[in-house]
Amino acid sequence: MDPGRLQRVSDYEWRIKPEGKMRVPGVIFATEDLIRGMDDKVFEQVANVATLPGIEIASYAMPDAHWGYGFPIGGVAAFDAERGGVVSAGGVGFDISCGVRNVHTGLSADEIEPLKERLADALFATIPAGVGSRGHLRLEAEAMDAMLAGGARWAVERGYGAAEDLERIEERGSMAGAAPEAVSAHAKLRQRDEVGTLGSGNHYLEVQRVTEIFDDALARAYGLKLDDAIVSIHCGSRGLGHQIGTEYLKKMAMAARDYGIELPDRELACAPIQSDLGREYLGAMRAGINCALANRQVITHLARQAFAEVFPEARLSLLYDVSHNTCKLEEHDVEGRRRRLFVHRKGATRAFGPGSPELEGDLARAGQPVLIGGTMGTSSYVLAGTHPGTGIAFSSACHGAGRAMSRHQATKLWQGRRVIDELARQGILIRSRSHRGVAEEAPGAYKDVSAVVEAAEKAGLARRVARLVPMICVKG
Amino acid sequence: MARQMEQSVPSESPESLLTSGRWEHFDHQADIGVRGRGATKADAFAQAARALTAVLTDPDRIGTGQRVQIECRAPDDEFLLVDWLNRIVYEMATRRMLFGQFKVAIEGDRLTAEAIGEPVDALRHAPAVEVKGATYTAAKVGPEPDGSWVAQCVVDV
Repeated sequence: MDPGRLQRVSDYEWRIKPEGKMRVPGVIFATEDLIRGMDDKVFEQVANVATLPGIEIASYAMPDAHWGYGFPIGGVAAFDAERGGVVSAGGVGFDISCGVRNVHTGLSADEIEPLKERLADALFATIPAGVGSRGHLRLEAEAMDAMLAGGARWAVERGYGAAEDLERIEERGSMAGAAPEAVSAHAKLRQRDEVGTLGSGNHYLEVQRVTEIFDDALARAYGLKLDDAIVSIHCGSRGLGHQIGTEYLKKMAMAARDYGIELPDRELACAPIQSDLGREYLGAMRAGINCALANRQVITHLARQAFAEVFPEARLSLLYDVSHNTCKLEEHDVEGRRRRLFVHRKGATRAFGPGSPELEGDLARAGQPVLIGGTMGTSSYVLAGTHPGTGIAFSSACHGAGRAMSRHQATKLWQGRRVIDELARQGILIRSRSHRGVAEEAPGAYKDVSAVVEAAEKAGLARRVARLVPMICVKG
Repeated sequence: MARQMEQSVPSESPESLLTSGRWEHFDHQADIGVRGRGATKADAFAQAARALTAVLTDPDRIGTGQRVQIECRAPDDEFLLVDWLNRIVYEMATRRMLFGQFKVAIEGDRLTAEAIGEPVDALRHAPAVEVKGATYTAAKVGPEPDGSWVAQCVVDV
């Protein structure tokens, strides 16, 4: 994207002037270099989101923004139900509540190093990953609805983890307002064998080493030390979320005209929050959030089993669990008034600051952990929400590195086997069932995640706490 | 931009005769575009489905032992294409199958089809990535100047 198309507000903030049918401006948080690396489609998509009814303040894009569907990946937009605001299936995306969960192991990376191969094999054997894999659970109708209503709390009640896990999950592990009856039989069938599976694409389970601490006090509050070993899980709501997204996208795209909504792009499919379809989608989407939370909870349980085989002394305890594809009803201070807004974050992470009622104990004092997934060869980051009350972009930050090139380009540049061998030389063990899948996810196919999080910090979205690098990566 | 162009040629399997035309992929920054070309709209839809399968694995290396009937209806061609591809995604996911050949008929707003394939074999097919869903991004169905048909959209992986 040519920065000349944007109005420069600061070195880290750029504005798209409201033109045509835009109801609010667009705002992109990024350095000039990151802007130059963005596809022109990001400009178009940020501007398109700004045309949706009831949008508040601005259509935002995070530093990792890239071309998505309707919304850019890295897009944030808030809507007021009382002012005709909409909820958009496209604004949440197919992988509802895709997110990152980080788990302390109680071990140092140096303790893991001599047994790394064994641990990698144990994790790979225990955690179902890749296309066509099945989970260890089969959920028939009643159990499925209980899972969709209960989320991670449902999983804990069935022995997958401990009650204290729930304190370290957004929504305390269970999204209120879920409506399992708004989820189709097709979506439920697609999920029947998929609870506790990683999926594929950019999803993974990694063991990571803490290699840099940026803020000692925040790191202490999060229980992070240099050279700690951490487990990081990146996955979402699996087939159920994908099917909900597919079905409601079509329903909303077809109904838009009846609601008097002009869609510049069918992928922006949306419905008024105060409509039957809007309410139905919110119920289904919240059930999708619970599915993702249950999924990451069961995977954590499996990771605990795999660790117990190799390191019986390991105690896996949650650092935090954040979702980055959601629409949530939140209270925000807007122009001096407390407002209840439906905030869409599509490839963006909530970043609540200290004092947020969502947070407990040490986290309430420190601010919410913002977990940023990197690539299998570079870094991941832990950031912190620092702004008390409503922060920038309705308290939101980036979610990952963001792709710099297509999968096709990546497979032309890299071969899966070579990527695996090269990473092994760097001490990173990859376990995957597909070499092509590894090539498509090669580290070089992504933007520089360090530049993304630095821009996020300089823009005031969140503060860097720690950098982590992978030791083991089980690829989905 | 386009890749893996493929001419469908008669082979020992009579099924390859079912889908005349060819498929290709086109770039999307995070995902993949699938495009089918054929003499008729139905052929273009069948080839778009082969392009979808090719996101996971080589469609020509999929056995032809099982057949699944698919039917969908939609108010226009783009909705119909996205519906069709999403039905294949659904059948792949719930049956743990891959499909390499497709027999498609379209009458008005109604598509009926037979998807031909076999259960996923992780070692032999080594599927690269799961498709989450077909999208309306870059969705286009229509005739080309030479009278042939194209059907395309981006799929989320």
